[in-house]
Amino acid sequence: MSKDNLTELNAPEYEKMKQRQSMKSNLLADCVIAFVSGGFICIIAQVFKDIITSQKLVGLLNTADEKSASALTVLFMVFLGALLTTLNVYDNIGKVCGAGSIVPITGFANSIVSSAMEFRSEGHILGVGAQMFICAGPVIVYGASSAVIAGLFYFLFTM
Amino acid sequence: MAHKKGNQTFILDKPVIIRHSACIVGQKESEGPLGKYFDQKADDDFGMDTWEKGEAKFVESTYKKLLSGCDVEENLIDCILAGDLLNQCTSSACGLKESGRPFFGLYGACSTMAESLVNGALLVDGGGINNAVCMTSSNFCSAEKQFRFPLELGCQRAPNSQWTVTGCGAVLLSSGGNGPRITSVTPGIIRDYEISDTNNMGAAMAPAAASTILSHLADTERDINYYDLVMTGDLGITGRELCREILKKHGVDAPKDIYDDCGAIIFDPEQGTCAGGSGCGCCASVLCAYLLKLLEQKHINKLLFVATGALMSAVSTKQGEPIPGIAHAVAIENV
Amino acid sequence: MDIFLKYLGVFVVGGILCAIAQVLIDKTKLTSTRILVMYVVTGVFLTAIGVYDKIVDIGKCGATIPLMGFGYSLCKGVFSAVDQYGFRGIFTGGLADVATGIVMAVFFGLIASFISKPKSKNRSRNGG
Repeated sequence: MSKDNLTELNAPEYEKMKQRQSMKSNLLADCVIAFVSGGFICIIAQVFKDIITSQKLVGLLNTADEKSASALTVLFMVFLGALLTTLNVYDNIGKVCGAGSIVPITGFANSIVSSAMEFRSEGHILGVGAQMFICAGPVIVYGASSAVIAGLFYFLFTM
Repeated sequence: MAHKKGNQTFILDKPVIIRHSACIVGQKESEGPLGKYFDQKADDDFGMDTWEKGEAKFVESTYKKLLSGCDVEENLIDCILAGDLLNQCTSSACGLKESGRPFFGLYGACSTMAESLVNGALLVDGGGINNAVCMTSSNFCSAEKQFRFPLELGCQRAPNSQWTVTGCGAVLLSSGGNGPRITSVTPGIIRDYEISDTNNMGAAMAPAAASTILSHLADTERDINYYDLVMTGDLGITGRELCREILKKHGVDAPKDIYDDCGAIIFDPEQGTCAGGSGCGCCASVLCAYLLKLLEQKHINKLLFVATGALMSAVSTKQGEPIPGIAHAVAIENV
Repeated sequence: MDIFLKYLGVFVVGGILCAIAQVLIDKTKLTSTRILVMYVVTGVFLTAIGVYDKIVDIGKCGATIPLMGFGYSLCKGVFSAVDQYGFRGIFTGGLADVATGIVMAVFFGLIASFISKPKSKNRSRNGG
């Protein structure tokens, strides 16, 4: 670096300069939007769940036990997220809502369906089939693995 | 033949003339502050079924537009120097496969436009090659797919991130004809200040830009005021201010009316582009559509064009490697 | 009044879980995928130590629909399978309980890849 003409600059100092000049996101506003939109998505799910477990439908849909009602609710929310992604709408929601639309299960559906759509140009086997999980794969891998570890401890303690 | 001056600058002895230029941009760029200068726009896919083919079509159409607008026969084009952001420069290669002229693919990330101009100018100055086409392109959709996330993924952009410009710019360098001349070139040196944040590329490239400008001024023994305008490539708003600050630290005052950045002026922040534009189509389209027009209309007579590039890949960023920056400078003057 | 309180719980718990993720996105360099992974693992952990059940009591769908609820289902599934099948349950329980969501998303993704294309985002103002 003998020919270095940036004599007045070093990496730690530049890092400070970068921090100072960089634009900051508006944390409070972002959080309020995420809070409201995330809460709203959960309300939609709760309303759906209340409807399918109501007197009239409980027999028809076989939703008397908590587990099937929950599973159907998740199914509905995944369907909703996937549908809005297919209609090219979910990314616009995500731009405004941020974490409010990433964290609910609809965001998980969005990450799978959006990857599938993006990679259709690379074929349905190696494109769609393989790349569908570029965003959601890690969630399944680490979710399933941590559940196995939890299950292992549970097994040892209840033996 | 060019001669070397100082550490890294080459003064061209023969006339190297920017004889003609052409540019096509995307929809969003045409809605931006420079919209009225862009005379042709197209959708990102240019009517093709994939983004990649769309980008190649941008390259092909811009090349055809350049040829149709100039008085040089196609078979007199001695070589094409072209580059883009996609892996292995496929857009340039696919777009120019029908051209029937010798082709060199270049990669300097977003600095490729200046890289091709530096190489083209030295080739034309060296003799033998009389007409060289220098062109670069980038495409928002194909770049998002390669470097970031699927387009339909609902996520927010970081405040210092930049928006890849959809556009392609091409110039014809010639040893004859009329137009502004490239008088000297300063190829850049790689600078790494340990920035690894891909959402702040401006910060990764600003030291390289400042370094090349300082070298150019020192080598040519010029003051920054010698130039009517110094334009860096695509540092964006954040990077432009960092570059200004680094220059100031080293004793070069770059006021707003002399120094600006292509990425910072191509979009209005209202367009949701955060820190501004990036991609090798950014400075290429700003140069071809706007800066060369300013030169032609004599609003400015001396321009220092400094395109900047972030030399990273999708793999290097996943491995957490810092992003080295580079910048090449080209002095373009009305003589 | 009861129904109002119930929905308030859903809204507040769901909202808080999303707002925490927003703080992580804004304040750290973590990508959203990393945050989702953190959420699922945290969900499994909190369920294993018995905390998440209490959050679900208050939050209902506000706790099960955010991705921590995915971890909650995984962990609950494993525990009940261990109760039922013993050792084998450690490996069968988790995904079985979240399979509905995953399979729906995968199947819909495949359908979507046939019928829909990503739209160019390089268009209208406001980043549309």
